[in-house]
Amino acid sequence: MYAFEYHRPTSVSEAAKLAGQADDMKFIAGGHTLLPTMKMRLAGPANLIDLGQIAELRGITRSGDTLTIGAMTRYVEVLNSAEVRDAIPALVEMTELVGDPHVRHRGTIGGSIANNDPSADYPAACLALNATIVTDRRKIAADDFFQGIFTTALDEGEIITQVSFPIPSQAAYAKFRHPASRYALVGVFVAKHTDGVRVAVTGAGSNGVFRVAEMEDALSRNFAADALNGISVAEDEMNGDIHADAAYRAHLVGVMARRAVQAATLG
Amino acid sequence: MTTVSLTVNGQSVTADVDPRTLLVQFLRDNLRLTGTHVGCDTSQCGACVVHLNGQAVKSCTVLAVQANANIVTTIEGISQGGELHPMQAAFREHHGLQCGYCTPGMIMAAIDIVNRKGNALDEQTIRTELEGNLCRCTGYHNIVKAVAAGAQAMAQTPLRQAAE
Ligand SMILES: Cc1cc2nc3c(=O)[nH]c(=O)nc-3n(C[C@H](O)[C@H](O)[C@H](O)COP(=O)(O)OP(=O)(O)OC[C@H]3O[C@@H](n4cnc5c(N)ncnc54)[C@H](O)[C@@H]3O)c2cc1C
Ligand code: FES
Ligand code: FES
Repeated sequence: MYAFEYHRPTSVSEAAKLAGQADDMKFIAGGHTLLPTMKMRLAGPANLIDLGQIAELRGITRSGDTLTIGAMTRYVEVLNSAEVRDAIPALVEMTELVGDPHVRHRGTIGGSIANNDPSADYPAACLALNATIVTDRRKIAADDFFQGIFTTALDEGEIITQVSFPIPSQAAYAKFRHPASRYALVGVFVAKHTDGVRVAVTGAGSNGVFRVAEMEDALSRNFAADALNGISVAEDEMNGDIHADAAYRAHLVGVMARRAVQAATLG
Repeated sequence: MTTVSLTVNGQSVTADVDPRTLLVQFLRDNLRLTGTHVGCDTSQCGACVVHLNGQAVKSCTVLAVQANANIVTTIEGISQGGELHPMQAAFREHHGLQCGYCTPGMIMAAIDIVNRKGNALDEQTIRTELEGNLCRCTGYHNIVKAVAAGAQAMAQTPLRQAAE
């Protein structure tokens, strides 16, 4: 790991100010992506700004039909939240499948979203739930936020403060876990909203998390697994690697979508 | 250099560290608490698991400075008065270790499972909850048995659990 200067702000405004002053800086949240990356010297920021002491970035609140989760909220806090379990149980079930218990004790929702790993779970939840990503500067719709592998709408030094999820009437996530890394080989999040169904896929797309319009149309007409019969995703838009080739991933998207709809309609 | 102050196994510790010092390095190199192991250094194996404010974490993936003002418990901190913690005793009794490299992390993870899931643990729960801990020797079978027995034994010694 390259040397860096460490900063520990206690408010969002202080963190933003530090970020504005320091060139070559990175925020650290749970550090469970960033620290491994820094150890491999794939990242070597001169300044590391720790968001861990900023109380206003934590917490879970529900107001009406919206569930809001602070960016520094750790996975374990989502798991322990009666509010999340009541509003969007699919989010709890998905969070149970992130990494392992130790990872869930450190990793944060904001870190996962900012990182936009092509195999991460929360980007799929944000996209299917039509979430709004709130930063210290603006509000960004999930549809505009995720812009390809490890790429987001965030500008340099912009801080995610919270994520707002509209509460769906039915939702579920089906994940085919990579058995060693436990990231999604393919994960599909399905959510039924008053104005239609949204389907988001992680792990599979060569350009990161994506929605499947054809599945959404079919499920909006008939929210049942059978409505997906005959619908497939284009193989040449899928990622292929030693763990699973593009054809297999394309197939799994169909299987996981079906399972997600089945789980959503059962629950 | 950045100053860190934290509580390790009940004792206050303050030191100036290079900010890139990992918590596990701080524990092993500065405090000479070498019971916590480094297996992979890539956040996979769980040999480095300690409790941070009562929760199991991989100390190779936490900066010492991130643990400032926090409470850390390592494998050295769980026995009392020279007597093994019930989970340690269960690992010995059930042959839950061979080379012992993964064992400190396994035991800290196992105590964390009991803290979260209670004292009656079925095999599937234990196997799922141990996903973040790798063992290259045992094949896990005896580890699973040890965790189940240790969890039950911990119910007989509530004081220890509370002290976590
Ligand atoms: C063994 C292991 C298994 C894992 N398995 C899974 C899995 O199954 N599914 C999954 O989804 N993930 C998995 N992860 C990743 C884990 O969820 C990460 O913790 C997460 O992706 C990043 O969150 P973090 O809080 O650790 O962020 P960090 O590593 O601290 O930061 C990640 C990036 O986001 C930026 N950032 C963080 N917070 C903010 C913010 N508020 N505003 C702006 N930028 C910010 C940082 O600058 C950095 O670039 C796994 C990780 C490990 C080590
Ligand atoms: S040494 Fe920390 S997870 Fe392997
Ligand atoms: S006993 Fe050798 S690695 Fe587990």
